[in-house]
Amino acid sequence: MFGVPANQAAEMLIEEINASGGIGGVKVRPIFVDEGPGVAHFVGEYRRLVQSEKVDIVFAAISSADCLACAPLAEELKRPTILWDCSTQRIFEENRYDYVFRTIGNSTPEILAPLLYLLKMKPDFKTVSVINQDYVWGRDSWAMFTAALNVLKPGVRVVSEMFPKFGATDFSTEITRLLALRPEVILNASWGGDLDAFIRQASDRRLFERSTLVMPLGESSLERVGKSLPPGHIIGARGDHWFLHPKPADPKLLATFTEAFHRRTGIYPIYPCHHMAQAIFATKKAYEIALARKNGGWPNDAELAAAFKGLEFPSLTGTVRIREDGQGVQDMIMGTTHLSDRYAFRILTDMIVFPGEMVTAPVGQVSLDWLRTLKPEMLGRIPQPVPFKA
Amino acid sequence: MSAWFVENGMLLGLATLDGVSSAASVFMVAVGLNLVFGVLRVLNVAHGSLYAIGGYAAASTSLFLLARGMPAWAALPLLLVSSAIVGGILGPPIERLLRLMQGQEEVLQLLVTFALFMILEDGQKLVWGVRPVVSDAPVKVLGTIEVPFGSDAIPFTAYQLLVLPGVALLTLAVLAFVLRRTLFGRMIVAVTVDREAARAMGIDAGRVTLLTFSAGAALAALGGALASPTTSLVPGIGASTIVLSFAVVATAGLGQIEGAALSAFMIGLGRSLAVYFAPELEVVVPYLIMVAVLLVRPQGLFGTLEARRI
Repeated sequence: MFGVPANQAAEMLIEEINASGGIGGVKVRPIFVDEGPGVAHFVGEYRRLVQSEKVDIVFAAISSADCLACAPLAEELKRPTILWDCSTQRIFEENRYDYVFRTIGNSTPEILAPLLYLLKMKPDFKTVSVINQDYVWGRDSWAMFTAALNVLKPGVRVVSEMFPKFGATDFSTEITRLLALRPEVILNASWGGDLDAFIRQASDRRLFERSTLVMPLGESSLERVGKSLPPGHIIGARGDHWFLHPKPADPKLLATFTEAFHRRTGIYPIYPCHHMAQAIFATKKAYEIALARKNGGWPNDAELAAAFKGLEFPSLTGTVRIREDGQGVQDMIMGTTHLSDRYAFRILTDMIVFPGEMVTAPVGQVSLDWLRTLKPEMLGRIPQPVPFKA
Repeated sequence: MSAWFVENGMLLGLATLDGVSSAASVFMVAVGLNLVFGVLRVLNVAHGSLYAIGGYAAASTSLFLLARGMPAWAALPLLLVSSAIVGGILGPPIERLLRLMQGQEEVLQLLVTFALFMILEDGQKLVWGVRPVVSDAPVKVLGTIEVPFGSDAIPFTAYQLLVLPGVALLTLAVLAFVLRRTLFGRMIVAVTVDREAARAMGIDAGRVTLLTFSAGAALAALGGALASPTTSLVPGIGASTIVLSFAVVATAGLGQIEGAALSAFMIGLGRSLAVYFAPELEVVVPYLIMVAVLLVRPQGLFGTLEARRI
């Protein structure tokens, strides 16, 4: 679902790097491993890559469970490891690492930005429901959403909480209940086939006419669900990842990547592609810094790891900064689904790019505790929405 | 208690509608699993793969033909046709393999069918990739039905309310008729009850097993095909279905057709009631029902199939 497009993005970008001479004159040789079989398999593969294949750096992983398992291992083996896609905030809030870095934001901005966007665009809602997958992200994201909602807009009534099992294919009963309850807002932080199936089934039964859906990971489903998703619903992208970003730092970079990826795969790049690009761009930049610090000498593991601390590197749309605790800080884009004749699926309008610092818990603070300290005054600092321009 | 019913009576009505359609979906898979167990005495884990392949085949064929001008209504009968083709192509070779396992230890049988399931799962990824596959033409063509709910009306898809339960009831009726009223059905019962005695009576047990297994495979494929218009087909879709089907079959009693229908209804209704009144229990309800039934009746609701003395 996410591994394949990210893999395709990696192959494309590494080909480009190697075509231009590699990193410090050294060609990059990627080894791809499927993390699908589970944590035990993944940990074994991590050890194999480091100890047998002797890779210089590891990019891991999509699953937060895999990241939680490999972070201590990376520290033990002292091998620089990039958490390129997993988002659990626990990694850097519960431990300190010298060899582990995340080149994207974490769960907190991914759920706070959708809430702030909702409060900006639809401030008068009084009832909310949740339908999330029954696993760590589904439960954690709802806990964070309600923690922030309770302080930013007290008094909103939660009319139902549903956590269908991960990988569910039939949401008809949940949809009937939501149709009967008529919540003004429904949070659905699901992703992949679960979210696609929910959107199609909800669309067939006109749930979108009764409630506003907030889908923090919806960007990755937009092209797949096509016109099933009506206009007027709230979409997030786990970062400022959007191929029609209203103000990319380097418009040519984004356009070139989007066009090349679409030509190669037939689909538009979704957020895992952006995440992979960020991991590759960060690695290239860290090597360049480490090489410069050593006057062109190839850096060892500790020297490379040191180059990641405080690193600022370009993403496809903006700039990402890696803090002293290893956590990346990046902007979050939110938008509302919109009709366009140019695309066979919904695109975004009324886009707001939230500054990373605004929606990320500061270093040393636990996200859930930090969210409870937010003040409604922060709503006044939300940037103005930018409409889609054809 | 009566006040509770007054307050929640309409919700119970909605939950029943959802429960019936959910039961219909799971029945299609469970009844095939039950048929196969009856004639082969092998609990076929790979039945879940046939469900998934049935779904993928129906969706892909539908998309292919719709793109070439097939009218949308034709996507409905296409579900049946593609399922029959999947059952006809995959049923015989799998049946040959499983027949080799007859008489072996049950653990070995399970392991072989599990291995087959894994191989077929990877086969699906090779053929259809990992991107979700969807064809919702059958749902769109039938539209929705408004179900009154107090001063409100709740839209259900006609596909969910009419097609799924209708096909399940038709399947149940056809199977019951074939098994009880036709010569071939009696041959199936004879092979199921006592293979050796059936052979001694001149029944070609191998042929009966082959045809019954292929029918069971086609039913699994039909279950997947019927699910395909409402969901996104992704790798792993067969695994969750087969686990729920095992619960239905165990609750019903192995080899029972009507029992499978009743236990599918109980489990479907139990799940939908849980979503309304105790969502935390939704996932566990089917297995709670199974455990409760097996504690009281270890042989399942209807026990095992028995021959009648004539």
